[in-house]
Amino acid sequence: MTFWRQVYEVARKDLLVESRTAEVALMTAPFGAAALILIPLAIGTDAPLLSQLGPGLYWIVVLLFGMLVILRKSAVDGQAQRDLVRLLGIEPAAAFAGATAATSALVLFFEVALGPILIALYNPELRGWPWLFVILPLVAIGMGLLGTIASGVTTSIGTRTSLTPLLIVPLSLPLLMGATQALEGLRLGRGIVPWLILLFAVDLALAVSGVLAARPLEEAVT
Amino acid sequence: MNGHEIVYLDDVGLRLGNTIILREAKLSLGPGEKVGLLGPNGSGKTTLLRIIATLLQPTSGSGAVLGAEIGTQDVYEIRNRIVMVGHLPGLWPELTLGENTELVARLSGRSPEVAADALAQVGLARASERRADQSSKGMLRRAELARALILEPTLLLLDEAHAGLDAEAIGMVDTIANRVVAGGGAVMLVSHEPDRLNVHRSVQLVDGTLEMVS
Repeated sequence: MTFWRQVYEVARKDLLVESRTAEVALMTAPFGAAALILIPLAIGTDAPLLSQLGPGLYWIVVLLFGMLVILRKSAVDGQAQRDLVRLLGIEPAAAFAGATAATSALVLFFEVALGPILIALYNPELRGWPWLFVILPLVAIGMGLLGTIASGVTTSIGTRTSLTPLLIVPLSLPLLMGATQALEGLRLGRGIVPWLILLFAVDLALAVSGVLAARPLEEAVT
Repeated sequence: MNGHEIVYLDDVGLRLGNTIILREAKLSLGPGEKVGLLGPNGSGKTTLLRIIATLLQPTSGSGAVLGAEIGTQDVYEIRNRIVMVGHLPGLWPELTLGENTELVARLSGRSPEVAADALAQVGLARASERRADQSSKGMLRRAELARALILEPTLLLLDEAHAGLDAEAIGMVDTIANRVVAGGGAVMLVSHEPDRLNVHRSVQLVDGTLEMVS
């Protein structure tokens, strides 16, 4: 079986499991939406201020609530399932890539689901909006990679998944910075290429780290 | 070691923290052999099976499984010839029994029809649309046995082989084990009920060491 076929099957399985539980659609997305709705209530009806703060707040909500999305991987596979995948001879890098693809797709769905609320409540300037087709996937892939790596680390050292955010939040700061600054750059009509390069570089570094660490992390499980 | 054993363990030990799980375990399992593994709860039977399945590395001793030395990268190449049915089901609860077995077939490069056929052989053809988390323990065990039919392993490891199974399914365990043995493979069955084990010989785990059962 080819590497990419394994990636496809692992991702398909993870998305099928998610489609049954619908945790992202029915729980995480509404929670994230609630957070975006509550913030204007706290700030007040200062429309220009909301418009200015909106994109930044959106990314903070995506990062914090997206944590719930990316941690789902730890809950999907128990030891028996992980043993099964190992005995089936699935390439660890393929399992990593498949899990990342599924998680990234879910984060992207989460980002898109929050978009209309951002627009309706914050009325941000949408200058250069086609760039969102690049920025949103880059952030989603970065978070998917982070979640899969963190899941592998917590599983291999046998720690509780509740500690995983401590691993993820600091590492996700470059993603937050790149995403917020890219949108700010679009709003002010500045160039955003350096921020896109930052997002791409973070994704690439995480992808290389994840692929290299996949086998050692898998074999470290007791 | 004569080079033909399917499993060979020489003075294998495992220590987790300060707890000694296994000490100086010796075991040889040849082609066509069916061996029972006995021992009280918590004696390390599942741990030993995971070492034999190359999923867990011993902290001392040496050994080989299907010609691959334990603890080396060679084990990655032989893992797909091993099926282990653990006491926890290797199924995704949110997927149906059919989807779970089909996933195994797909991930092992076989066609989904093989999975459907295996499910029928273990008597679950009409339950293939039932979610795993809505199935009985016996049905889950049967679905696990279907995995052995799909993958046709050289080494079959059955943890608590007869737990939660009715008489028909227990017969099925024997049939599948015999099929592996007839194909030149080896089977190891863990059970708390030695009388039910239809094996060539049995070994027992006592205080972390393996002893022959007369």
